[in-house]
Amino acid sequence: MDLTFTPAEEAFRAEAREWLEANVPVGLPSGDTAEGFALHVEWEKKLFEARWSVVSWPEEFGGRGASLWEWLIFEEEYYRVGGPQRVTQNGIFLLAPTIFEFGTDEQKERFLPRMAAADDLWCQGWSEPDAGSDLAGIKSRAARDDERGGWVINGQKTWTTRGAFCNWVFGLFRTDPEAARHSGMTYLLVPLDAPGVTVRGVERLDGDEGFAEVFFDDVFVSDDLVLGGVNEGWGVAMATASSERGLTLRSPGRFCAAADRLVDLWKRQAAAGEYPERIDSLRSDVAQSWMEAEAYRLATLVDVTGLVKGVSQGARSSLTKIYWSELDVKLNETALRLLGPAAELIETSPDAVDGGAWMKGFEFALSGPIYAGTNEIQRNVVAERVLGLPRK
Amino acid sequence: MQFAFTEDQLLFRDTVAEFFANECPPEKVRWSWDDAVGRDASTWAALAEMGVIGLTVPEAFGGMGMNEIDLLPILTEAGRYAYPAPLVETVAVVAPLLTESAPAAIAEKWLPGIADGSVIATVQLDDQPFVNDMHIANLLIAQRGDQLFAIPAEHVRSTPQVSVDGARRLFSIEWDEADAELVVSGEAALQAANRAFDRGAAATAAQLIGLSEQMIAMTVAYVVDRKQFGVPIGSFQAVKHHLADAELKVSFARPAVWAAAYGLANGSADVDREVSMAKCFASDAAEVVARKALQNHGAIGYTTEHDLHFWLKRSWALASSWGDAAWHRRRVAHLLLDA
Repeated sequence: MDLTFTPAEEAFRAEAREWLEANVPVGLPSGDTAEGFALHVEWEKKLFEARWSVVSWPEEFGGRGASLWEWLIFEEEYYRVGGPQRVTQNGIFLLAPTIFEFGTDEQKERFLPRMAAADDLWCQGWSEPDAGSDLAGIKSRAARDDERGGWVINGQKTWTTRGAFCNWVFGLFRTDPEAARHSGMTYLLVPLDAPGVTVRGVERLDGDEGFAEVFFDDVFVSDDLVLGGVNEGWGVAMATASSERGLTLRSPGRFCAAADRLVDLWKRQAAAGEYPERIDSLRSDVAQSWMEAEAYRLATLVDVTGLVKGVSQGARSSLTKIYWSELDVKLNETALRLLGPAAELIETSPDAVDGGAWMKGFEFALSGPIYAGTNEIQRNVVAERVLGLPRK
Repeated sequence: MQFAFTEDQLLFRDTVAEFFANECPPEKVRWSWDDAVGRDASTWAALAEMGVIGLTVPEAFGGMGMNEIDLLPILTEAGRYAYPAPLVETVAVVAPLLTESAPAAIAEKWLPGIADGSVIATVQLDDQPFVNDMHIANLLIAQRGDQLFAIPAEHVRSTPQVSVDGARRLFSIEWDEADAELVVSGEAALQAANRAFDRGAAATAAQLIGLSEQMIAMTVAYVVDRKQFGVPIGSFQAVKHHLADAELKVSFARPAVWAAAYGLANGSADVDREVSMAKCFASDAAEVVARKALQNHGAIGYTTEHDLHFWLKRSWALASSWGDAAWHRRRVAHLLLDA
């Protein structure tokens, strides 16, 4: 057992820290509005130019060939200096691992460098109006068009995060309506500027137009936009879902940084001297949230030790997803209690503490137990596939 | 970075686990409840023979000279099999304390006996009202303020207390300084006592992980087997979610316990915080797991004919000894917020 990083890894950390401290923008507006999104893309391009946008990718695609350990270090440093959420995340953290695993060489060369550079911005097309937790119940169809060599899509996707601002969507479409539920689906990559695509923004709980509905009316996609095999989309999608539940989307650095900010908030509130009994009564809650972030970091170190040796997380990634999403909610709830009557002030209010970031963080955290498979679905997966309970 | 045990450590752990599986089955735990002494000397002697009892004793005194990273996985197995004898006190706390803090004469007097299994040691730090296993101990290490003493067991007057866990043997004790040898005093004694407390807490946390894992295993086996409405009750979502919550708690307590072992073994500057986090999470996990295990067993789990209650009661006892979750959470809060 060795919980230290090598000198080379520490040098990597120092290099990342130095660049991030000099370059991370302060006070960017939310990336889930049209204006905010444009500013975030500018930041993503800056990250790319300094080759920090996708550190774990091979150099030929714009990365640094960094190890998983170095990726964790980069994430720690990124969030430690207050780096903004990555509006490219659905591409770089979810689609990219799937392209690396299932994509053709042409697809890798065509999509990965532009994704790294934030030239292409990707959103996910999973949920449909009648298929949320029951993803295999999707109805959107892609019909074979032999003449043009491709597929013609009809249907609707919904709750598509940042769909109103992205230019590509990836998702599952039913290509064999006669097949059994989990068969007959194909993973397609669809340009949102293709004829027949209509995107309608939907305002989210937190007031941002971060969601979209995407309608497909006879949208043609050519065969080179099929990821993995035709009618084999379910297996390909499960690889993406595993990345979403597991550590690539939500690195511990992000929660450890939030926990450190919570400790700092407690100290500031205590120093301010208002409502001392309430601040005092929240000491254990602050400690609990800090420890949960730390426990997530430690569990990730165990997982990555295994991954480096080729031991996959498998269904245990569902435990990970439940844990980070629930700790995020509790952490932000504790912060709001520390703010007392100021908790309800949002970013446009002059007296909002920390620019209203805690209410924003709370609202964002509330989506965690819902997206990427609700935590109820995750608990079923844990019971059935980790503990071995019967499905029926 | 390598947050895992070595092959050798896992092999040692598996060997001890197999030993407990054979020598400490549930019938043996039941015997420990019913028997007046409740401890059998042959199991302790066999563990000494395997090197478990002398694990933390330096090789110069006949021990293995190993540390917490080697020891805690073994204590997890002791917890899994609800082994009741004082491994935490003798192996995790007293042997390292004597090694680090005792004058040569005292170390030479007691450590070889610990290593060969002939000396069973127990401990009482300030704020610990009761002592485990005084009835079979040969040596008591006790704290009085800024002094730590070694007292041969024949000079200790003890009054039995009765634990909810009938396999535990707790005592209130009295002793006179005239019969005691001073081990260490002053600031060094306070530091030694703090380190001893951290070791006891981390070792108990490791046992709680094993207890929790076993309660989950027993419950999974039960809900797969038990049928109601014509199907296994484990197919019901409410039952699944109870067990998923239990697994979640243990899964995120376990790495905290290994990190505490690493911190103790490597003299981490943050060891108090690391240990308190481990005990806080392990205690919380065991309490949640115990509740879920009982609920999923239903009425059969509420009997003493079923074995589950041995694990429930050991969990309750250990969750609150060496500092309960709330105590350790407050300690972490102090270290984070008052620095």
